[in-house]
Amino acid sequence: MNTKTNAQQGIPELLAFTAAGAEAVDRLHRQLEESADEAKILDVAYTMMDTPVGTLLLAATERGLLRVAFEVEGLDKVLDELGRKFSPRILRSPKRLDVAAFEIDEYFVRRRTSFDLALDFSLTSGFRQTVQRFLPQIAYGTTESYKHVAALVGNPKAIRAVGSACATNPLPIVVPCHRVLRTNGELGGYLGGLAMKAALLKLEGAA
Amino acid sequence: MDMKVPFERVVADHSMTVLRVCRAVVGTHDAEDAWSETFLAAMRTYPELPDSTNVEAWLVTIAHRKAIDIIRKQKRIDSSMAMVPDRSMTVTSPSYTNHELWNALQLLPDKQRQAVAYHYLGGLPYLEVAQILGGTPDASRRAAADGIRNLRKTFKDMQIEGASQ
Repeated sequence: MNTKTNAQQGIPELLAFTAAGAEAVDRLHRQLEESADEAKILDVAYTMMDTPVGTLLLAATERGLLRVAFEVEGLDKVLDELGRKFSPRILRSPKRLDVAAFEIDEYFVRRRTSFDLALDFSLTSGFRQTVQRFLPQIAYGTTESYKHVAALVGNPKAIRAVGSACATNPLPIVVPCHRVLRTNGELGGYLGGLAMKAALLKLEGAA
Repeated sequence: MDMKVPFERVVADHSMTVLRVCRAVVGTHDAEDAWSETFLAAMRTYPELPDSTNVEAWLVTIAHRKAIDIIRKQKRIDSSMAMVPDRSMTVTSPSYTNHELWNALQLLPDKQRQAVAYHYLGGLPYLEVAQILGGTPDASRRAAADGIRNLRKTFKDMQIEGASQ
């Protein structure tokens, strides 16, 4: 706003930019993604992808996939949180997410039943992380109860804690917290909403 | 530290401004290098930037430092050549609007060109322009005013044409 005011008081033509300017900025952005990555200062790269269940945000560090987020979480809000909790050195840079996006595409067309991706669990810790690291062992198309998962990770009384580990899973779909249900078969909860959880289970033929 | 927005938003919000400033200060030919070096340097130190910082002024200050490096390099190359090339000859690519105006900007003395760029294109108040260029805010104001006056002189024909439309 200040910029406009100042420039309009000066020579307005100085501000006149054609589409060539926007094009240059796109090209420069791509160069910045590459040079930041090379300089090891691209702490978080992210991209958006379209899936049958809506837009997903994928974010990764150099070590692996850091976050998968659903549209209902508010994608801008998720990026803000990553900036605060992890690092603000974040750029939209699809290249680092190519393999993850490819595997998630395959999952949604039922050509993939498990993921072969490096995961970065930096956003969680302690018992929650223990549970989240365990979840990929629940096979595609099957479900487990919160109670049984608690027993499987060696803490049978921690049923509620298993619930909160699932509810705060930073890597939904890839870490299949949607495969964990209540003992009575009710869905329990889900970060992406219960309809999302039901849709994923249906896709896998588990519901 | 807590309130810092993702760097992607910094790039999105300020990349055009920084590109304009770079073009004004170093010319079209080297502007993209200056832009790249500015944002790479900014991203490197972004996590340590105090929350209260005016991000645009911070970026323009970095752009100024990178531009000075490039101008020094240009001058070394110019002086190493037998003939001093016409500066406007270096403004070849890419085709933005108002080439003549941008070329005229390139012909201004350094201080005037920088004052015009940082105040009129970078949006900095003269107090901050003075912090970048040295000297008093009044001196920066005069340099910018002289720069605009010279631009208008160089560019009179187009101004008249523009005004009659």
